[in-house]
Amino acid sequence: MTTQDLIQIILFITVLIGLTPILGNYMYKVFTGNKHFILPVFGWLEKLTYKFSGINPDEETNWKSYTFGLLMFNLIGFVFVFLIQLFQAYLPMNPANLSNVSWHSAFNTAVSFMTNTNWQGYAGETTLSYFVQMIGLTVQNFVSAATGIAVLLALIRGISRKTTEGLGNFWTDITRSTLYVLLPLSILLAIVLVGQGVVQNFKTYETVQTLQGAQQVIPMGPAASQIVIKQMGTNGGGFFNSNSSHPFENPTPLSNFLQMVAILLIPVALTYTYGKMVDSTRQGWTVFTAMLILFIAGLIISLYDEYSANSIFGHLHLMEGKETRFGITNSILWSAATTSASNGSVNAMHDSLSPIAGMMAMINIMLGEIIFGGVGAGLYGMVIFIIITVFIAGLMVGRTPEYLGKKIETFEVQMAIIAVLAPNLVIQILSAWASVSSYGLSSLNNAGPHGFSEILYAYSSAAGNNGSAFAGLNANSVFYNLTLGFGMLIGRFGVIIPVLAIAGNMNKKKITPLSAGTFRTDNWLFIGLLIAVILTVGGLTHFPALSLGPLMDHLLMNYGITF
Amino acid sequence: MSTKQNTSLFNRNILLLAVKDSVIKLNPVLLIKNPVIFIVAIGSLLTTIVVFAGIFQGNLSSFNLQIAIWLWFTVLFANFSEAIAEGRGKAQADNLRKNRTQTIARKIVGKQEVPVIATELRKGDKVLCKAGEAIPSDGEVIEGIASVDESAITGESAPVIRESGGDRSAVTGGTKVISDWILINIIAEPGNTFIDRMIALVEGAKRHKTPNEIALSILLSGLSIIFLLVVVTLPAYFGYSLKASGLPMSQNLTIPILIALLVCLIPTTIGALLSAIGISGMDRLIQRNVIATSGRAIEAAGDVDVLLLDKTGTITLGNRMATDFIPAEGVTIEELAHEAQLSSLSDETPEGRSIVILAKEKFKIRGREVLRLNATFIPFTAQSRMSGVDYKTNDGIIHHVRKGSSEAIRTFIQNNNGFYPQEIQNIVSGLARQGATPLVVAEDKKVLGVIHLKDIVKGGIKQRFSELRKMGIKTVMITGDNPLTAAAIAAEAGVDDFMAEATPEDKLRRIREEQANGHLVGMIGDGTNDAPALAQADIGIAMNSGTQAAREAGNMVDLDSNPTKLIEVVGVGKQLLMTRGSLTTFSIANDVAKYFAIIPAIAISLYSGTNGIGPLSVLNIMHLGSPQSAILSAVIFNAIIIILLVPLALKGVRYRPVSATVSLTRNLLVFGLGGILAPFIGIKLIDIIINL
Repeated sequence: MTTQDLIQIILFITVLIGLTPILGNYMYKVFTGNKHFILPVFGWLEKLTYKFSGINPDEETNWKSYTFGLLMFNLIGFVFVFLIQLFQAYLPMNPANLSNVSWHSAFNTAVSFMTNTNWQGYAGETTLSYFVQMIGLTVQNFVSAATGIAVLLALIRGISRKTTEGLGNFWTDITRSTLYVLLPLSILLAIVLVGQGVVQNFKTYETVQTLQGAQQVIPMGPAASQIVIKQMGTNGGGFFNSNSSHPFENPTPLSNFLQMVAILLIPVALTYTYGKMVDSTRQGWTVFTAMLILFIAGLIISLYDEYSANSIFGHLHLMEGKETRFGITNSILWSAATTSASNGSVNAMHDSLSPIAGMMAMINIMLGEIIFGGVGAGLYGMVIFIIITVFIAGLMVGRTPEYLGKKIETFEVQMAIIAVLAPNLVIQILSAWASVSSYGLSSLNNAGPHGFSEILYAYSSAAGNNGSAFAGLNANSVFYNLTLGFGMLIGRFGVIIPVLAIAGNMNKKKITPLSAGTFRTDNWLFIGLLIAVILTVGGLTHFPALSLGPLMDHLLMNYGITF
Repeated sequence: MSTKQNTSLFNRNILLLAVKDSVIKLNPVLLIKNPVIFIVAIGSLLTTIVVFAGIFQGNLSSFNLQIAIWLWFTVLFANFSEAIAEGRGKAQADNLRKNRTQTIARKIVGKQEVPVIATELRKGDKVLCKAGEAIPSDGEVIEGIASVDESAITGESAPVIRESGGDRSAVTGGTKVISDWILINIIAEPGNTFIDRMIALVEGAKRHKTPNEIALSILLSGLSIIFLLVVVTLPAYFGYSLKASGLPMSQNLTIPILIALLVCLIPTTIGALLSAIGISGMDRLIQRNVIATSGRAIEAAGDVDVLLLDKTGTITLGNRMATDFIPAEGVTIEELAHEAQLSSLSDETPEGRSIVILAKEKFKIRGREVLRLNATFIPFTAQSRMSGVDYKTNDGIIHHVRKGSSEAIRTFIQNNNGFYPQEIQNIVSGLARQGATPLVVAEDKKVLGVIHLKDIVKGGIKQRFSELRKMGIKTVMITGDNPLTAAAIAAEAGVDDFMAEATPEDKLRRIREEQANGHLVGMIGDGTNDAPALAQADIGIAMNSGTQAAREAGNMVDLDSNPTKLIEVVGVGKQLLMTRGSLTTFSIANDVAKYFAIIPAIAISLYSGTNGIGPLSVLNIMHLGSPQSAILSAVIFNAIIIILLVPLALKGVRYRPVSATVSLTRNLLVFGLGGILAPFIGIKLIDIIINL
């Protein structure tokens, strides 16, 4: 590793820390209905949206109505994306004349984009028309991210309000987050990326003659507009199959850097918004710090292992499956960011990372996508862990546990357990099924522990709504499309519904004022405790599987055995 | 009293009974109440079936047998911990039962006295109790006054006065009238008397899980489900790995090994000790002579962050004391002391006595001259608001010495055509500002000076309050005094806030306000007019000497009637919650070491070369003897740790009044870090012993 690599990592983290309060404060203004500078630009659009759809933006609903609205909205999104794939051949904007998508792949893709997972069992350029990509997927990229923010906002209101029913208005929340946060940021980044050389057109695929004289088809399309939101909305679904390693998606070092920042930008900034909304920026920074420590720890371990001498190839860094334009550091940094943030876009194949770096990517996902995590989703997932931490450790100060003055009681614990259990259920049960069934095993590209890692990674990715793949696994089969599809559904709504239930229940409670007897949740001790609980729960759950997968892979590699 | 008896932690009888009970508790109906231990029991059963199946097939696996035995021990140890906690309560209940007397009561029907068996008395019956008789049931004195021996429930042998009306009207069944007689209105149905409820409480018969206990059980069950998932899916992962290593499927994990892993991972330690912790919390309260109506109340005590404390008896000693003599101009301090003492010699009020004592201590003035003086003592009356003495000196002159409030003395002086100096008035108002009560002493038409009567703040109470403050608990002093006096005492005692000239309605209003702001309020009271406030408070402790209404309204009764008890009760509540949290942390932290024992043991053959030792053997950082001894050691450790922690569960973790952050740091170091390290050492030791 060179000094230049190190400087770039430090620069990356500094930029993130610096942008956190700026964007965080802006989002605080947006979500609390305050005046902000984009209001004059898009304010009319917001009003028009409400008028057109008959929404009273000031009407507050209880958690059940809020959840119902959210589920209906997602269901409609799913059905729409599912149908346009099934009939894409009859729909416009299909210059490559792609045929209708198979039902199971369409199901998987529709679920995938609705749940902000963006797992892609298909190859974009050879499967989906411009129409599906733009009207179906790009729209879902926006609204699935906005859904995550809406859930978070409801949770924050539940925590910070007292003795009330109203959790806010789902429709107002998604409208505002789309219009004032996702859209402006995407437009800004799209312009820069197009300047860097990302394609944005409606042309038919071009056929060119290579230097060797062979024929090559160069895919085209409205890529930039989808790529910015795939990063900003922690979606990750690439326009092209090779995702962000494709030169049309990610042409330059600058575009690479900006896209990495974009992956984590909204999740990091939301921690500040959170602090502002619960009336203590310190609480926000506490959560931020815990996340950052986990992020950096994973990054260091991955980099260390990638740069250590490889026992088979001597001192050579393994570049197979990595993009030479980006090199090791940028591949690892990207992999850490994309797995932490539940993004799933890749600029190197995770299958080709060193076993330990691959394991770190997997751990980032398995911990519950809470190291910054998906837009909104990461933070509400983190709050679940905060609730569990507060419950276990809070007792040790001699009071029944409370977080930000709200008592953590049976109902909260029950819901928090369900939220932790849901994704783990998917990972454990489905990986076990796939690793012993013929339809599971037939899709493997690699044998031994590496093959097992492919399965484990796929289901972790689905359950965590990450969407990245370990590559190697041919997931476009009925078995994988269906199991992964249901995995994504459980991983998404198995967390969202309990979180909203917690929000609704906490909303009704009183707030105990802070005193010296209060269990502090804004100091280093709590950061340490929170990290310990996250690692313990995640570690105890996945240690056996990880030791049979990537850890075994690593140990065997040291014996000179690879798969 | 029965409950005061020192029930030592491991009394022989209790131990034997607990061993017996732990077998009885194997009843599945009882076991299912504790989901974690129920899982262990099912696991034990399955393992036992595997062992017997092996025997029928002619190959007894001693490894499986040992696993099965230790799994059963885990269940028994869990039962034992609960049984021993209950056993201590049962011993206390037996003692209480001895006091429940089968007396014949004198029921009053019309004007007739009808003998009735005590247990047949209903609510509303009138009963006469004479000296030497036991009071048949709980009731309220409606006529008469008597001294009552309440040692049966309070352990205090000095008799107490019970009379109709006022705040001392409640009597408890099982106590004894020593002198005089009382007419009682029975207020408890048979089987629901105070002693009945106390027996039920200490026996734990009516024990319901408290809200926090339920929440914790859910967390533990949730963790158990996660680990069940891990264990259930493991054979599939293993099957894949066996195939990839070219090993036969017959080498896949066996049921006993999977169950051993499961039992090691699920939080058995806290699961086993949870109810013992709850029962012993109740027990600790009883040892302090406080009866809580529910476990919920003890938990709430830990959460209380505002305490309403009566001034008199809690913060100050019951009575004011003379601390100083301030003479008027032209009077020596000795003269003043002399006359003040004289006027108080037969004043039996505590204030009067304190004046005599002060005079004796400061000026060696003794009461011996009194007889020579032909003195007539004038007692205090509500009308005159003075007391004093008239005496004749040798010259035949009758001196009228009076002491009283400044207004009363001013009237007295003016009636004698004397002059009440401004200077005295200044002293009086000066003292009042300091929170003292000034008593003016006058002789005929001359003011001699002022006695400084002071509320004496209890020794060590200021320290207590500062401890409470460190723990984040706000103290509010309640007094009927005027704001000036109240402020001065509040400052001296170091309370955070005070309510002067407080009426019962004020108290109730204050509690509601605090609660509306999210606080949990604790208070202690005795009078009927305290009842609404006691009922409203989150923790209302009624003094046993108080009225029945107060005792019904509160959620705890303090048998010692000691108002300072509230502070101790808060401590017991906090300790209970701390113990629960600490042992949960310990239990979960233990799992790390168990993984390092079991995973390398079961995975040793995977991807191994010819020597049978696969790569995952690097995880065997404890260097345990063999795969089998590793698994067995983990299971044995898991069982033994329950027994080792029983004393801690019963006694509670060490509790000191410090801030939340300090106690958290300490408990985390001991139980978090200790919880990670202890099993590494324990498992290694057991492994060494097994492999000897």
